[in-house]
Amino acid sequence: MGIEIGKSITTGGVAASHAHRRRDRQGAVAGAVSILACLVFVTVAGAQSYPSPDDLVLSPDGARLYAVMSGTGEVVAIDTAKRAVAGRVAVGKVPRGIAISPDGAHLYVTNSWADTISEIDAAKMQALRTLPAGFEPTGIASDGHGALYVANRLGSDVTVVDVAAGAIARHLIAAPGASYATASADGARIFVTHVYPILSQFRKPTRSEIEEIDARTQIVTNRIALPDAAGVFHVAISRDGRLGLAALLRPHNLVPLAHVEHGWAFGDALAVFGDDIGGAVQLPLDAIEDYFSLPFGVAIAPDKKRAYVSASGSNEVAVLDLARLVAAARAPSAARMANDLSAAARYVIARIPVGRNPRNIALSPDGATLWVANRLDDSISIIDTARMSVSGTISLGAPATLTPQRRGERLFYSSSVSFGHSFGCASCHIDSTFDGLNWDLEPDGFGIDIVDNRALEDIADTSPFKWNGANPDLQTECGPRTERYFFRSQGFRGDDLEDLVSYIKAIPLRPNRYRAPDGELTPAQERGKAIFLRTVRKDGTPIPETNQCFVCHSGKYYTNQLLADVGTGKPTDRSPMIDTPELTNVVNSAPYLHDGSAHTLEEIWTIFNPNDRHGQTNDLVKDELNDLIEYLKTL
Amino acid sequence: MRATIIAVFLAASALFAQDLPRFRWENFTTANGLPDNRVYTVCVDGGRIWAGTDNGLAMYENGKWRVFTTADGLAHRAVLSLTLDKKTHTLWIATMGGLSRYSAGRIDSFTQLNSGLTNDVVYGVAVQGDLVWVATAAGGARYDTRTSQWSMFNERNTPMYEIWTYGVSAAEDKVYYAVWGSGVLEYDVKTDHWLKYDDPDGENEIVLFKDQGLIHEITTSVSYVNKILWAATYFGASRYDGRNWRNFLDKDSGLPSNFLNQVKSVDGTRTWFSTDKGLAYFDGVQWATYRPSLDTHAPEMLVRDAAGAVTHVPVTTAPAHNYTFGIDFQNDDIWVATAKGLSHGIRMKPGDK
Repeated sequence: MGIEIGKSITTGGVAASHAHRRRDRQGAVAGAVSILACLVFVTVAGAQSYPSPDDLVLSPDGARLYAVMSGTGEVVAIDTAKRAVAGRVAVGKVPRGIAISPDGAHLYVTNSWADTISEIDAAKMQALRTLPAGFEPTGIASDGHGALYVANRLGSDVTVVDVAAGAIARHLIAAPGASYATASADGARIFVTHVYPILSQFRKPTRSEIEEIDARTQIVTNRIALPDAAGVFHVAISRDGRLGLAALLRPHNLVPLAHVEHGWAFGDALAVFGDDIGGAVQLPLDAIEDYFSLPFGVAIAPDKKRAYVSASGSNEVAVLDLARLVAAARAPSAARMANDLSAAARYVIARIPVGRNPRNIALSPDGATLWVANRLDDSISIIDTARMSVSGTISLGAPATLTPQRRGERLFYSSSVSFGHSFGCASCHIDSTFDGLNWDLEPDGFGIDIVDNRALEDIADTSPFKWNGANPDLQTECGPRTERYFFRSQGFRGDDLEDLVSYIKAIPLRPNRYRAPDGELTPAQERGKAIFLRTVRKDGTPIPETNQCFVCHSGKYYTNQLLADVGTGKPTDRSPMIDTPELTNVVNSAPYLHDGSAHTLEEIWTIFNPNDRHGQTNDLVKDELNDLIEYLKTL
Repeated sequence: MRATIIAVFLAASALFAQDLPRFRWENFTTANGLPDNRVYTVCVDGGRIWAGTDNGLAMYENGKWRVFTTADGLAHRAVLSLTLDKKTHTLWIATMGGLSRYSAGRIDSFTQLNSGLTNDVVYGVAVQGDLVWVATAAGGARYDTRTSQWSMFNERNTPMYEIWTYGVSAAEDKVYYAVWGSGVLEYDVKTDHWLKYDDPDGENEIVLFKDQGLIHEITTSVSYVNKILWAATYFGASRYDGRNWRNFLDKDSGLPSNFLNQVKSVDGTRTWFSTDKGLAYFDGVQWATYRPSLDTHAPEMLVRDAAGAVTHVPVTTAPAHNYTFGIDFQNDDIWVATAKGLSHGIRMKPGDK
């Protein structure tokens, strides 16, 4: 069911009842208000394009709300008094994050597929300049003193941009998947989070961190450790700078996923840190059989009485009593509370249903109104924080009809099919990519058949699926079997399954940062290509066909779509036969091998290929292996 | 008359000596918290001092030592060289088991198994903007911190015939490698070309052409500052201004030894040397040596003037040991890594005793 178009409905509150939440998860937001007539967006290819609001920022006076449309590549300005769209401006490819200058005059938008930042005149809604960034810029924060801090997801770093010079001032080391950034109210500190974990030893607990950057010196001064965390999303800092909150996932990937009923798929949680806490602790947002799936956006009220968190999988916003949250975080038992599904009742005072896939949220300067970007409803929910209910919804102009792909995307990002709506496809495939983790998926005992989470870009024609190649098509991979192996509640069937598969097949390949636009290879890449294509060893003897790189990794996707035993099987694997993976954008998807045991491309051959069964590589010297890897990065 | 001449000479010597830096030395050992007394390298980051030892990396801050080991992610316990990226305050750590980096409490390590690093025995590291240059036992390497790409430099793509690189120094325009047994290698950033500087005497241990090139093929350290290259070898030191070479031996300079572990220049002229017989300093005219006396072990400061006259400057403290490995500067102070501890030379003002 899509958002109704062109209707103007009076405002109406929605009670945050449990029953209502249940109903809401199955469809559109009840009581939603569609205020604006909308436009239909058409891409160059003629396919419908959905606005897909992602990030939000309010002007300092709260009069304007600016929303980034990742689907249509624009920023929309909303008059908050009139609750109406006041302007639009086109930006770069797949915009993701937005920041505003302290005077409200300029907007800065990350163009994640262009590796740039669009500078916009906020009053005129006109693009001014294009500034440089790193690989896949996502989150962005302004220190208010002339510097922008950009979290680069594929660069795993933070670019500091000197706005006056329009140039990069420096790069700071972050962690894998650096994606979200926020500044303290005084601009003195910047905090950065990451959607992928720091790689740990094989089958050891995962970890992440929050970087704290001193904006005066522009250096990282602290890395707040987040043990057992993987995906970390938006972070908010209280106005007094003493309390920080970050939305995060605590994956339970070391035990079989069959334990979903016990809450052992993901913990949806908050990192609570800062001087008020005296460190950092993680507190759950889930309740028993009522999970708060994929926490994403975070806001802290100016008076520091409440905080708000969006759940992009279960389509709701939680209201937290901050005094109770801080008390829980400071309790001696706080460290043990992270997995306690009864703990959230201490500080979560309401859960308000909103639209599909709520992403970031923005709180008005007076704390009275919360704005929520419903990415997959192409709308913005307006929450009256006093009443703790939705008071209106602004439509951002989606096409009148939903394509099968769009319906499938909604299913992909929804947690409605899993037990207790605890997780969905996007919990592991973050933003339709992967999560950097290896999982114990099946109910076959502890530690059996550990599998690395594979990327989903451009996989339509790469069957079979699954590391053991057991699923001949995506309908099998994503269909009824998911009920047993993943969700423990229901699987995808019928039209839903076809829609879901349609979406997955349409997930595009991100731009490759290592391949020159004209396709010309560097000398190192050329040498690496020659190694990839070689048929004889360095001593002139022939390499068996089955051990030539390009034989198994052949075709458009660099896979012959067959199983092979390349000697990487573990005693805990039921079969050493592994599906030959596609290599497109392989550079982005560490860790590697079927079980994620290789942290880097190098380790595939320096550690896990002692007998030359995974290609003939042991006659190579280090230079040559480096060349091979430089070539693989271009695929 | 003779007594008067001697008195005038001593007074003049003392005056010259006044121009040379004098230090009150404070020494740190395992008794103060260092993880090991064998300190290979030292690096100053404002008020924070990093010491690379035979048994871990140590950080001195606010009067306390904190030690980092392989359990913290360090590639190897033996830390051979340290370089600070002054823009980001990232510390790059050359170890016997790979290259590590420290940033705000997190250590990441690059090895020949998990990255494009040439070899795990890393002797030197230098930062040039977003690039990190590495000297290893199997050639040089360059890591692009923006793209995570590695480039390797060895006998196959540079003029080096030995690949045992021992030290590296990088500036905006040039990068220099000290190649143990293969002289000095120069990389020109603008032209992307390599050039090799050799001892014109070849591998002979005699010096026939003293100022016509590098003093010796066995180079251990390079320092490139203000377009002046200094090279340290196990057989003397060389200075090259891009046109002329000038070489220094213990017999005709104030170097206490020809066995040099490190050279570090302040500005191309004022230059410090770590030797096996003490810490040496050259201000362009005069030389000074700081050490415990080689025979009595009493604190000693020797000054050699332009005429070659050597005087003893009375001192009450000395570096921890005369076998010195590494040097770094903290404003007017100096820190020295020695075989028996880390030494802090606190600069004395004229008149201080």
